[in-house]
Amino acid sequence: MAIQILMPALSPTMEEGTLAKWLVKEGDTVKSGQILAEIETDKATMEFEAVDEGIIGKLLVAEGTAGVKVNAPIATLVEANESADATPVPVAAAAPAPVAAPAAATAAAKAPVEIKSAASPDWPAGTAMKTMTVREALREAMAEEMRANPNVFLMGEEVGEYQGAYKISQGLLDEFGPKRVVDTPITEHGFAGIAVGASFGGLNPIVEFMTFNFAMQAIDHIINSAAKTLYMSGGQMGSPIVFRGPNGAAARVGAQHSQDYSAWYAQIPGLKVVVPYSASDAKGLLKQAIRDPNPVIFLENEILYGKSFDVPVLDDFTIPFGKARIWREGTDVTIVSFGIGMTYALEAAEKLAADGISAEVIDLRTLRPIDYDTVLASVMKTNRCVTVEEGWPVGAIGNHIGATIMMRAFDYLDAPVINCTGKDVPMPYAANLEKHALLTTAEVIEAVKSVCYR
Amino acid sequence: MAAPKTAAKSNNSKEELLGFYRQMLLIRRFEEKAGQLYGMGLIGGFCHLYIGQEAVVVGIEAAAKEGDKRLTSYRDHGHMLACGMDPKGVMAELTGRSGGYSRGKGGSMHMFSKEKHFYGGHGIVGAQVPLGAGLAFADKYLGNDNVTFTYFGDGAANQGQVYETYNMAELWNLPVVFVIENNHYAMGTSVKRSTHSKTLWERGAAYGIKGEAVDGMDVLAVKAAAEKAVAACRAGQGPYILEMMTYRYRGHSMSDPAKYRTREEVEKIKSEKDAIEHVRDLLLQGGHANDDDLKAIDKDIKAIVNDAAEFAKDSPEPDLAELWTDIYA
Ligand SMILES: Cc1ncc(C[n+]2csc(CCOP(=O)(O)OP(=O)(O)O)c2C)c(N)n1
Ligand SMILES: [Mg+2]
Repeated sequence: MAIQILMPALSPTMEEGTLAKWLVKEGDTVKSGQILAEIETDKATMEFEAVDEGIIGKLLVAEGTAGVKVNAPIATLVEANESADATPVPVAAAAPAPVAAPAAATAAAKAPVEIKSAASPDWPAGTAMKTMTVREALREAMAEEMRANPNVFLMGEEVGEYQGAYKISQGLLDEFGPKRVVDTPITEHGFAGIAVGASFGGLNPIVEFMTFNFAMQAIDHIINSAAKTLYMSGGQMGSPIVFRGPNGAAARVGAQHSQDYSAWYAQIPGLKVVVPYSASDAKGLLKQAIRDPNPVIFLENEILYGKSFDVPVLDDFTIPFGKARIWREGTDVTIVSFGIGMTYALEAAEKLAADGISAEVIDLRTLRPIDYDTVLASVMKTNRCVTVEEGWPVGAIGNHIGATIMMRAFDYLDAPVINCTGKDVPMPYAANLEKHALLTTAEVIEAVKSVCYR
Repeated sequence: MAAPKTAAKSNNSKEELLGFYRQMLLIRRFEEKAGQLYGMGLIGGFCHLYIGQEAVVVGIEAAAKEGDKRLTSYRDHGHMLACGMDPKGVMAELTGRSGGYSRGKGGSMHMFSKEKHFYGGHGIVGAQVPLGAGLAFADKYLGNDNVTFTYFGDGAANQGQVYETYNMAELWNLPVVFVIENNHYAMGTSVKRSTHSKTLWERGAAYGIKGEAVDGMDVLAVKAAAEKAVAACRAGQGPYILEMMTYRYRGHSMSDPAKYRTREEVEKIKSEKDAIEHVRDLLLQGGHANDDDLKAIDKDIKAIVNDAAEFAKDSPEPDLAELWTDIYA
């Protein structure tokens, strides 16, 4: 009986992939375990093994095809005495999507919302732009700063020979060599401490945590050693260091691997805290972070790594800390967010516009320092505010924004500030529960309607 | 054919060898099925397969008695099957369904069974090591003779908390067997690239802990070493370190392009050192079983695994109210 071979899911965040290369052809006999194809995922090129044995009937997807959806049929497998055209029985649990389903449609649906505000203040009007992913922007920022300053080096688990667990450091070992791209054992507390010591000694380390969940092993050095030394030494010496890596929930990786640390680090005097959303911010702010004489926590997001944005083509492009970006101007309500929260904020604003509510969307970009003035000016105009973040509700950044507005713009408020956050639970693994634990666009819309009394 | 590593005429009984064969095969077939379900999108997130390392848990469990405890990292499916947890409940946790051991809330990396004394399933590399010593601390405090098997990887062996634990475990003579599963790689980092120590078990000597390296592809050797370690712990002479030399056949997790080792290296181990082939040879050469007997076992195991997969697909997703339960006792 002929069966379909389906496009496999090869990483937690993979929804589609590129069928890079077929290693079998029609008519080949394959054994279970044999490599059938090379598939490019959002993270890597992977070999795809046969599960069943049989003869390759038809290859349904041509080599080099991009945007092949997970579970779409990519080939048929027939038995020895069967015609190659035998009608296959679908084997997927989920209904397989048609192969021809245009990937462009979904790509477009996920593309970032257009910037509605006037020209960005971050670069001169008329600057040439190019499209790149957040991942590429981060890599460019590190490479440029490493070229410019020989004392900048990268250290962390799998950053070198493996080319980065999330491919952020891809190619850096080749360009800069093992002296400046340092693979470490799994020893977060130790290498974070060594890096802080190196920063005392005149170097500018970039420490990559494979994810910020593992920075918990190193939290003492981040806070007690890096953040406080300038103060404790009466200003004699500090720690010019960047701690970076993915933060927050990825997809289905469970309670110990899904946590947003934005509010935690934002609590610490002596640290600077950056949470970029777009690729241009990722690039400009990371370059700024590497040059900053203070310890900087740079919180990335795995789900944003593969998203594309316009980035200015400039020789030396940095973005100062403490300047929020207005992504969308509006008059009825101010939505304040940062990092991945911006995806919900912008999506909500788009949908609210259709309902006749004009939302101004502010991306804080840095949580330490925080740009109160931009938020306050906006709230004084709109008289309403909703904050959006993926972290937990108690001690959230939104709590602090709400309190600040209350103290400095109380008379301008027409409604209490609402904080939209992740649910107050550890992250569950089950797909349906995870969806409910995370923040949703619908919740943001509801909050906005509520402060607008609609 | 695997080159037998213990003498072909082993003293082990037919029943014991058949039992090892069944248990190791169950783990392997279970893991292959899990890999397939992952490819179909029925399992999400991280999924770390145990294929290749089966002899370690099966040999260790052969030295355990009721009341003994065990815990490990995220690469935990084999440990759960070996201590007698139900394949259906394990697979349903992998698919995130209400029939899973954590009712879908933990996932592949975070499963527990009070009944089988399985204390997880830990996602933070090295964190289970002091926890395991803590379980042993409790047993010693309570005055029973239980032992805790604390499994961790060669990569985890570099975490500082391992050495803090060694020091206290020896200082207080805790009944804990540290089982280092040295599969030669921590993600893409080979042991050689992460330490200049010649062995991992000898590091215990700095704290006065006894230990040894063991051929972790030979279930009989594993069992013999485990019995020695357990006897020491039960006699109040713990802790003990066993460094299991083993190998993982698959990538680190499902999304590992595995460019750090050659296909030939993997194939060589598979063809020369495979733990299941080894026991199969002992059974056939020792006249304990013939091909048909083993085929019958294969068929049996396949049915158990298929049932587990069906259960894991059919079991409903957890009730949405579960989002808010189990946060506080
Ligand atoms: C503290 C911490 N750092 C990093 C990681 C990411 N990580 C998960 S598994 C792993 C490799 C561990 O290798 P090893 O201990 O040898 O166990 P194996 O996977 O080989 O079973 C790494 C780096 C983590 N989960 N926790
Ligand atoms: Mg390992």
